[in-house]
Amino acid sequence: MNASSATEPRTTPLCQAHRRLDAKMIDFGGWLMPVNYPAGILEEHKATRTAVGMFDVCHMGEVHFRGARAAEAVQRLVTNHVGKLYDGRAMYTVACNPKGGIVDDLIVYRVKPDHFLIVVNAANIAKDYGHFVQQVGAWCEIRNASDETGLISFQGPKAQACLAPLTRAPLATLKPFHFLPEVEVAGRPAWIARTGYTGEDGFEIFCAAPDAEPLWQALLDACAGVGGRPVGLGARDTLRLEARLSLYGNDLNDETTPLEAGLGWVVKFEAGDFIGREALMRQRDAGLARKLAGFVMLGRGIARHGYPIHDPSTGAKVGDVTSGTVGPTVGKNIGLGYVPTALARAGARLLIDCRGKQTEAEVVEGPFYRR
Amino acid sequence: MSENVPNDLLYTEDHEWVRQDGNLVTIGITQFAVDQLGDVTQVDLPSEGEVLKIHDVFASVESVKAVSDIYAPVSGKVVKVNSPLLDSPEYVNEEPYDGGWMAQVEMSSPGDLKGLMTSAAYEEFLKDHED
Repeated sequence: MNASSATEPRTTPLCQAHRRLDAKMIDFGGWLMPVNYPAGILEEHKATRTAVGMFDVCHMGEVHFRGARAAEAVQRLVTNHVGKLYDGRAMYTVACNPKGGIVDDLIVYRVKPDHFLIVVNAANIAKDYGHFVQQVGAWCEIRNASDETGLISFQGPKAQACLAPLTRAPLATLKPFHFLPEVEVAGRPAWIARTGYTGEDGFEIFCAAPDAEPLWQALLDACAGVGGRPVGLGARDTLRLEARLSLYGNDLNDETTPLEAGLGWVVKFEAGDFIGREALMRQRDAGLARKLAGFVMLGRGIARHGYPIHDPSTGAKVGDVTSGTVGPTVGKNIGLGYVPTALARAGARLLIDCRGKQTEAEVVEGPFYRR
Repeated sequence: MSENVPNDLLYTEDHEWVRQDGNLVTIGITQFAVDQLGDVTQVDLPSEGEVLKIHDVFASVESVKAVSDIYAPVSGKVVKVNSPLLDSPEYVNEEPYDGGWMAQVEMSSPGDLKGLMTSAAYEEFLKDHED
């Protein structure tokens, strides 16, 4: 990966592989990424739900924390309980600012008692690394390994069966949110984590950046026979939204708190003195003024990021859609948006302003899709 | 990529096609437009009888990725719409020049057609606009 300039988007080690697959490439947050391959978003979505979808996530960031105080440093940064992790165990969490706003949503991996890996969103690598170093840089070694690390996500009901022939790692006993460091995949050193962003079973495979392309090719060959496909950002969005997984920059940002975002389950006040703890306790005690609601469209219309949300009883604008799309597997148009708490209850009605057409939507709780 | 641009149609810079039959024109979107949009999941059409002014938005196409407006290539009255698209928007992807047509319009100013491109001109236009 090359240093970025003002105009040229950065490329991942898989850029040539995407071009050979005739992907449609777009500049996404400063990265040249495949939005879809010739099969199209709906076929890619379906392949992931029924067989295997392969995703280039090399652009995501990897930051290593090493040293006797590494656990303490990570706990200072994140809201979930780092003390509950053990070697080979990972967890989803957020890092907050002192006001409780979300700096980023993350996965923390405990490699050893004195070695943690945090995987961060691509668009936030510089911000997060700066924040980590500023807050706890004196406590342990913090190294940004993003440029030298490749990451491929291999997701779907047939992911395990397709990956198994390429590795001696014991996949069958690897549980969700667990990982195996220092294994081999297709003869290359790799780490295998049972994590993902699609609502399916699956794996994320870390490797050295130069190994990403041969690994990608081996994985592509391994899943082609069962209907596996490479999947671009387009279907990545429909898959994650059906599973109701938040996207930083859309559903989460520096101004939204994890409590408002429905991520209260990753906030463990007893975990330690993490940044944002007091602000979040105050918010919890005072009650939430707004919450991130999931909704299904009742009328014709596809909600999109930024569409206004109105209260049907008063007609007043009460919020904005943060994510919205077609849900190809659930067969409904779905979305997320922050609304006053009273309107965030299951069954509540909202009006989504789809380019001037007021379209009714119903609030639903939980994921739109469960495997 | 070789483009699918039938030579019996006229084209707009917004990637609509127009098939003329006397004073009636049939309107749809081109293969190029469809390739850019990806999977079409919803089509909104005008009402029959609606009067269109050239360049007005008269329909919209939603793909998984985004929503796109369709502009009237001519002025006139909508005499027929392809209502099966409301339930089967995939026709736009599968047969953009046939089953994917959107509306039939009776022109009020047939001179509007002079502003449209021939297939040869549209192919040139596409070449100039390739990334």
